[in-house]
Amino acid sequence: MTDISAQPTAGPLRRRVDTTSPEAQAAVRRRYRSEARFRTYGLLAILTAAVFLVVLLIDIGARALPAFTTTSLQLNVAVPSDLVPADQKNNPAAIRGADFLPVMREALKTAIPGVQGRGPERTLLRLLSPGAPDDLRERLAANPSLIGTTLKVPLLLSATADLYFKGAGTPINTRSSRGAATPSGTTGTITVSAPGNDFSENLVTVKLAVAERAQALAAEAERTARSSAPNAAERANELRAEAAAMAARAKDTAAAETLDSRLPSLLVEINGGLVKVSQLAADRIEGDVLLPLASTNEAKASDWRIVTYVTPESSRKIGDQEVAFLERFKANGQVEKGFNWRFFTSGDSREPELAGIRGAIVGTALTLLVTLVLCVPVGVAAAIYLEEFAPKNRFTDIIEVNINNLAAVPSIVFGLLGLAMFLNFFGLPRSAPLVGGLVLALLVLPTIIIASRAALKAVPPSIKEAALGVGASHQQAIFHHVLPLAMPGIMTGTIIGMAHALGETAPLLMIGMVAFIVDVPTSVTDAATVLPVQIFLWSDLPELAFKAKTAGAIVVLLVFLFVMNGTAIWLRKRFERRW
Amino acid sequence: MSTKIITTAAALAAVGFVGFADVASARDQIRVVGSSTVYPFTTAVAEQIGKTGGLKTPVVESTGTGGGFKLFCGGVGVGHPDISNASRPIRKSEFEDCQKNGVKDIVEIKVGIDGITIAQSKAGPALKLTLSQAFLAVAEQVPDKDGKLVANPYKNWSDIDPSLPNVKIEILGPPPTSGTRDAFHELFMEPGAEKIPALAALRKSDRKAFDTVWKSIRKDGAYVEAGENDNVIVQKLEANRNAFGIFGYSFLEENTAKLRGVPINGIEPEYDPIAAGKYAGSRPLFIYVKKQHVGVIPGLDKFVAEYVSPKAMSKDGYLALKGLISLPPEEAKKIAADATAMKTLTAADVK
Repeated sequence: MTDISAQPTAGPLRRRVDTTSPEAQAAVRRRYRSEARFRTYGLLAILTAAVFLVVLLIDIGARALPAFTTTSLQLNVAVPSDLVPADQKNNPAAIRGADFLPVMREALKTAIPGVQGRGPERTLLRLLSPGAPDDLRERLAANPSLIGTTLKVPLLLSATADLYFKGAGTPINTRSSRGAATPSGTTGTITVSAPGNDFSENLVTVKLAVAERAQALAAEAERTARSSAPNAAERANELRAEAAAMAARAKDTAAAETLDSRLPSLLVEINGGLVKVSQLAADRIEGDVLLPLASTNEAKASDWRIVTYVTPESSRKIGDQEVAFLERFKANGQVEKGFNWRFFTSGDSREPELAGIRGAIVGTALTLLVTLVLCVPVGVAAAIYLEEFAPKNRFTDIIEVNINNLAAVPSIVFGLLGLAMFLNFFGLPRSAPLVGGLVLALLVLPTIIIASRAALKAVPPSIKEAALGVGASHQQAIFHHVLPLAMPGIMTGTIIGMAHALGETAPLLMIGMVAFIVDVPTSVTDAATVLPVQIFLWSDLPELAFKAKTAGAIVVLLVFLFVMNGTAIWLRKRFERRW
Repeated sequence: MSTKIITTAAALAAVGFVGFADVASARDQIRVVGSSTVYPFTTAVAEQIGKTGGLKTPVVESTGTGGGFKLFCGGVGVGHPDISNASRPIRKSEFEDCQKNGVKDIVEIKVGIDGITIAQSKAGPALKLTLSQAFLAVAEQVPDKDGKLVANPYKNWSDIDPSLPNVKIEILGPPPTSGTRDAFHELFMEPGAEKIPALAALRKSDRKAFDTVWKSIRKDGAYVEAGENDNVIVQKLEANRNAFGIFGYSFLEENTAKLRGVPINGIEPEYDPIAAGKYAGSRPLFIYVKKQHVGVIPGLDKFVAEYVSPKAMSKDGYLALKGLISLPPEEAKKIAADATAMKTLTAADVK
């Protein structure tokens, strides 16, 4: 254009677009390249986000899986007829209050006969969860005629035993024998002699481990010698002597070795029993009986086996004795896996195998109910007033700005407000869903007001004008015509606000909802906790089994969020009208 | 969505406030607040009493020791908690606060011992430390050859002492808000600093400067604040075999498959040495009971009796299974007797 005004005499307007010169073509190519690059960036961004999401979901899902199954023992339990006094037989309370511990102990001892001594008996009993008799107790309470009979019932295993079957145990190697072997006894500490030198390979492995330890010790001795500590030289010499002794032991291939818990456990399975090796020689072992032997007869070449629990005992949560018992139960076909219904039907517990999220789910439902009941009427009414009735002046402007500000206030602040207002001033009970709901209502109110105003604004003015035109009052026009059309948008906003409230923990910290609560709440004033808080509490417990429970609770929370957001999308799709 | 609904809701809310304000005046459930370290043990007792005692299961809140005392000392009456968990003894200021608000009769019960451990991945190079080496690894300022305080120059463990492995110093530990961090300062840093001659001299000449030295931790990246959650530290140690973590003994015990405790002054962080008080990083755990609530809140005396019973507190008790290190039998017996007699704390007992 400037060309034209600058040279008015240059003839008719002719603008030549240069498309053929190499520069122009290069410029075009550059522009196409730039666009292609931008598309690739966009695609990469989407892909990265998707990969993160998928990895997160798979990771959580994989961790959560063990939380949804339980392991129990199917045992024949003989219920003694004197479990409760004869005159109390039809009193469910008396049956529930009976001592089931001896009953459990007898059932276990029948399943693994010959277990003797206080130690092994206690180990056996500890394999069961403290909640193991629950099912039996309920069955007996419901049907007292079963007292005095023998029942086949599932007994829940403890978390440690449960984890063993879920892979936190040890690989087990079994090797057949070459020669015959003779045990010296059936219980206690015994020797097993195998003249065919069956144990020579194991002895070699142990000697190698000893040699390795001797080397590590020697290295430490040298490091200590360089130290500046006052008695370093003395200590280094001690270590050197120890290392030398150990090295000599490793070289002497004939001498017997003592096994300790830092080496893989070696066991001998013979005559229906199991012996844990403590002293190992090529042709003879000495050790403690874990599972009693049937006899002291000589076992023929292939009738006995050498078993190795590869993970050393010191590196496991579960001891050799427990593993021996559990493997025996497994061999007997008494171990059963099932879906963990308890996870959904019981409240919190300090025993991982008994802990459930019902309390948290009910608490969440009650809290959200209070939030919903408060938020929706107040939020929608405020939106309608501000959008349709309020005069536009400085005062309503201030209100509007403050609602927007409120939506950006960190949630912990609402918790502090709740503590000061509802607990300290109104004296409402701590940890109650009522207070949680009130605080969360304050939190999501701005979101709902803003979403509702947007929905109202989106309804074309012609609708209202038409209503007014046929003689409707302002209120009639809004409530009969504008509000129904804005409803899908309002509901979407409400659901998204609720989903936001569902995921909040911070404000609930202040009002005492971060608590250990076993009883499932039944009213809005009972002590309760909510799903995200339950996750927070479980994640901080030392027991390994709670890791899976944490992930399980996260999965449940995610399902809730998906369902809520899905409903919001569905509502929008179903009822949305476009003009 | 008419005005009718709005007015109904408002009326409901108003009725709610009036109705529920009354609820607080009757409580048949014990309420416990306080330390997150004691939380796993108190909850176990709470569950037990809920199952067998014919009582409602007590509600146990995890608020931290300081937060717990604040609520506990808030006053007497059903609106205030009955028991406070604590991972340290009550402070003079807290005790006075209690007295001022009418909480006159407090029963202190030592329930067991907790160990603070330094641990590492089993795949990493084995480390043995003395307290002063631990101090030198994490302190912000250390004395140089002439005893002058300088910013911590140690990058590798072998810089501190040639007998230690030649590996970068990386320590994951709790943030300043954590009770474990307080205990780490008191049990590791202070005695570690005292063992160093230059700092021992400083302690005599300038107590305040000495306190600053053992209370500050280096900020050059060798010490990483890994959050309040001990499980996070455990997971990070599994991933980084050269790193060391500071956390409670129960987490080490639970993760023996992957972690190894670092011996301090030649003593392994294991159950028996900690119980015997030989291991440097052991601290007592307490619960504080409001005696004025006994008889008002049903079952409070039962709860205390359950807590100090051998079934719970002894070496074979269920609390030991949860990771609590039990007290020596004679001491436990005396504590149980004092607890059942509800012997109250006097101002002279509080330091």
